[in-house]
Amino acid sequence: MQLELRPDVSVYAAPDVVPLLSISGVTKTFPGVRALSDVSLKLYPGKVTALVGENGAGKSTVVKVLTGIYQPDDGEVRIDGRPVRFPTPQSAESAGVTAIHQETVLFDELSVAENIFLGHAPKGRFGLIDKDTMAARAREILSDIGAKIEPGATLKDLGTANKHLVAIARALSIDARVVIMDEPSAALSHTEIEELYELVEELKRQGKAILFISHKFEEIFRIADFFTVYRDGQMVGEGAISDVSEPELVKMMVGRDVSQIFPERDHNIGDEILVVDKYEHPTEFADIGFTLRRGEILGFYGLVGAGRSEFMQALFGITRPSGGTVKIDGAPVTIHSPADAVKSGIVYVPEDRGRQGAIGALPIFQNVTLPSLARTSRKGFLKLAEEFKLTREYTERLELRAASLDTDVSNLSGGNQQKVVIAKWLATQPKVIILDEPTKGIDIGSKAAVHEFMAELSDQGLAVIMISSEIPEIIGMSDRVIVMREGRIAAELDRANITPETLVSHAAGIREAGL
Amino acid sequence: MKRILASRELLLLVAIGLLLGLISLRFPAFIAPSKLVDVFNDTSPLILLAIGQMIVILTKCIDLSVAANLALTGMVVSLINLAAPGLPITVILAVAIGFGALLGMFNGILVWKLAIPPIVVTLGTMTIFRGVIFLLTDGKWVNSHEMSDAFKAVPRTVIAGLPVLSWIAIAAVILFTVVMTRTSLGRAFYAAGGNPHAATYAGINVGRTQFWAFTISGALAGLTGYLWVSRFAVAYVDVAGGFELTVVAACVIGGVSIMGGIGSVPGALLGALFLGIIANALPVVNISPFWQMAISGGAIIIAVVLNAQANRTPGRIILKRAEHAT
Repeated sequence: MQLELRPDVSVYAAPDVVPLLSISGVTKTFPGVRALSDVSLKLYPGKVTALVGENGAGKSTVVKVLTGIYQPDDGEVRIDGRPVRFPTPQSAESAGVTAIHQETVLFDELSVAENIFLGHAPKGRFGLIDKDTMAARAREILSDIGAKIEPGATLKDLGTANKHLVAIARALSIDARVVIMDEPSAALSHTEIEELYELVEELKRQGKAILFISHKFEEIFRIADFFTVYRDGQMVGEGAISDVSEPELVKMMVGRDVSQIFPERDHNIGDEILVVDKYEHPTEFADIGFTLRRGEILGFYGLVGAGRSEFMQALFGITRPSGGTVKIDGAPVTIHSPADAVKSGIVYVPEDRGRQGAIGALPIFQNVTLPSLARTSRKGFLKLAEEFKLTREYTERLELRAASLDTDVSNLSGGNQQKVVIAKWLATQPKVIILDEPTKGIDIGSKAAVHEFMAELSDQGLAVIMISSEIPEIIGMSDRVIVMREGRIAAELDRANITPETLVSHAAGIREAGL
Repeated sequence: MKRILASRELLLLVAIGLLLGLISLRFPAFIAPSKLVDVFNDTSPLILLAIGQMIVILTKCIDLSVAANLALTGMVVSLINLAAPGLPITVILAVAIGFGALLGMFNGILVWKLAIPPIVVTLGTMTIFRGVIFLLTDGKWVNSHEMSDAFKAVPRTVIAGLPVLSWIAIAAVILFTVVMTRTSLGRAFYAAGGNPHAATYAGINVGRTQFWAFTISGALAGLTGYLWVSRFAVAYVDVAGGFELTVVAACVIGGVSIMGGIGSVPGALLGALFLGIIANALPVVNISPFWQMAISGGAIIIAVVLNAQANRTPGRIILKRAEHAT
C-alpha cells in the first residue's frame, strides 16, 4: 500500500457494495476553529470501520454530525446511497443511526428496561406505557447480546460494563442499522473487553454497520475491517485493515507538518526543584516518580484517560494520594489541600477553565488575586489598590486585552479567559507551574502568546510541567517528556528522542514502532 | 459585575419609586417622611435576615431555619430575662447574637462536614428549633408583663429621629457591605458560590466558607430574634412562622442569584424594602392582603426573569460550542 498523506486521495479501491452510510465533502466550522474540512467516511453493512486520529482530529465532531447534534456547513450524508438530512438527534435515530458514547448517557435512577426504551416505550391501552411488554422485549434484547442483566434492576446498581451493555441494548431497541461506538472499551476490564468484542461480532452477523472509534491499536487490528484516519479535521487515509501496519497507521495519524513556530529558548536548566517519588492512588495511578529542574519544561503526554490530570490533581492536593513523597528544593513537603500546594510554590492551571479555571461572575482583578489574597490583604481586609497593581502587572505581561480590569471574566473571549487564569497563578510567584492543556480550544494567536510566555517563564528559572495532547506542542516546547499510559509512566524521553512516533507508540502501548 | 449589579439595583430602586408614586396617588400621606420611617423600621427585621440569607445563597446554599432560629433565640433571651431581669441589655444582645450564631454553626457543620444538602439540613433544623421552643416552654407564652422594661425598651428607643431597631439594620447594612466588598472572607463567599471548583483550586475551602455563611446568617437571625420578641413584647413557639420564605423572596427580588455567586448587600436591602413597602401600603390603600401575596409573587418571577436575561452573554455560548468541537 502506498502511504499517501494527501487528504483527497483514497488509497484503496472501495468494495463493490454500496456503503450503508457514507458522508462526503462534509465541512464544519466553529468560530475560530475548522473542526472538519471536506471529510468523507464510508460504513458497510456487517463491517467494522475504525476511525483513527489524535485528539482534536475531528472524530467527535463527525459523530455529532452523524447523530444530528451538529449540522454540517457543507457536504452530504447518504444512507443506502440516498441523500439524507439529520436536523435533530431524533431524525438520525429514526433513520437507524445510533451512538454509544464514551461516557454512557443513561439514567441512574431508572430501571434497565426504562433506560432501554426511554422515548420509544411500547404503549398499551390509553397510551400508557406497557410495562410487561417493555420488560419482555428488554429481556429479549439483553439475551440477544448475551447480557445477564435483569430488566427490572435499577441502573445505578450495575457496573460500568453492564451499563455499557444497557446502552448497546438501547441502541438495538431502536432497530439501529448503524452503530457508532466511541471508545467503548475505555472504561472496561480485560474480560469485559473480550465480551465487547464478541458483541461486536454479533452485531456484524446481524448486518449492522459499525463505526468504531478507539485509540488502542491492538483492538483496532483485532476487530476492524476497514480504517479511516482523520488528522486536523481532514481525512488523510482509508483502507482495509489487512493492508496496513501499526507503524503506517501511526504515521498517518501524526505525520503532519509542524507548521506552528515555537519560541526560542535558553534551555538553561538549573538545580532540581521538585522530586516526586512513588506517588500512587488506589484506582487512578501508580508508581509515579520523576524530577524537575529549574528552567525546565517537562511535557506530560498520553491518551485521554492515561491518568495525567488525575496525578497532577493529587500532587496539587485536590485528591489524596495513597502513598508517595514530594520534595521541593530538597525539603519534604506535605500537601493536603490546594492551599498547601500554593504555599509550597506549586500551582495548577486546570484544563477545563469553565469548570475549574475562572469565575465568570467575578471581575478580572478579583479572579487574578484570588489565590494571592493573603498578600494583598492585611488581617482579612483587602487592599484594592494592591490588587489592581498585581493584576495589572501580570495581565500586561500576558498582553491581556480588556476594557477594564473590572470587567467580568464571562465577557472575555476564550483566549483572554485563559490568560486571566494563567495570570492568576503567576501572581502567586510559584516555583513549579503545572499547565494542563494550556492552549486547548484557543486560537492560534493566543496559543503563540501562551507559548512565548511559557518560554519566558522557564528562562526565568521557573519549572514548568505541561500536560498536552497536542504533539506539535509537546515537541516544540518540552525539554523532556514523560509519557503516561493507564496510570503509569510508560516512558521518559529526552529532547533527542521526542518524535511523533515514539510519543504515540508509547502512549498507545505499541511495542515495536519500527520506524 | 459592578455594572450589571448597579443597573439591577437601579432598576429595583426605580421600581420602588414607581411603587411609592402609585401608592401616593391613592394615599398621599404614605410618602410623608414619618410614615416612611415607620415602614423602614417595620422592614428592619426583614433587612437583617435578608443580608444573612443573601450570604448563604451566594455560596450556593439556602437557610430555611432563619425564622425558627429567630423564634428559638427570642425565646431563650426572653426566658433569661424572666429568670434574671436585672441582666444588662448588652449581655442579652451578646447572648442573642452568640446563640443564634451557634445554631447557624450547627447548620454549617452539617453542610460542611457531612455534605448534606443545605435545603435538607435547614428544613430539619427549622423543625428542630421550633420543637426545642416547645420543650423549653410546654407551649406557654412569655408575655409583655413578664419582660423587664429595659428588655422591651431597646428597639423602640429613638435616637436622632430613628428607633434603635432601624439603626441596627442600617449598621448591619454598612458592616456587611464592608465585609462583602473589602474582606477576604467576603471575596471567598463570591468565589465559593461563583465557581466552587475554581475556588478550590485557588486554595479556598468551599465547605468552610459555607460554614461561615451559615454562622453569619444564624448570628443575624439570633439578633433579630431578640429585637422581634422585645418589639412585640411576646415570645411563643410560632413567632415569625413562615417568615423564612419572605426572607428568601426579598433576596431573589434583590437580584441574588439562587445559583450562587451573584448578589450584594444593597440588593438584599432593596429587595426587603420592596416587600416591606407592599406589606405596609396595601392595607392602607384598601387592597386585600391576598393581592399582597400575588404582587410579591409577581415581583419574584419578574426579578428572576430579569436576572436570567442579564446573565445571558452571547460570547459564552459560542465559546462552549467551539470547545466541544475540538
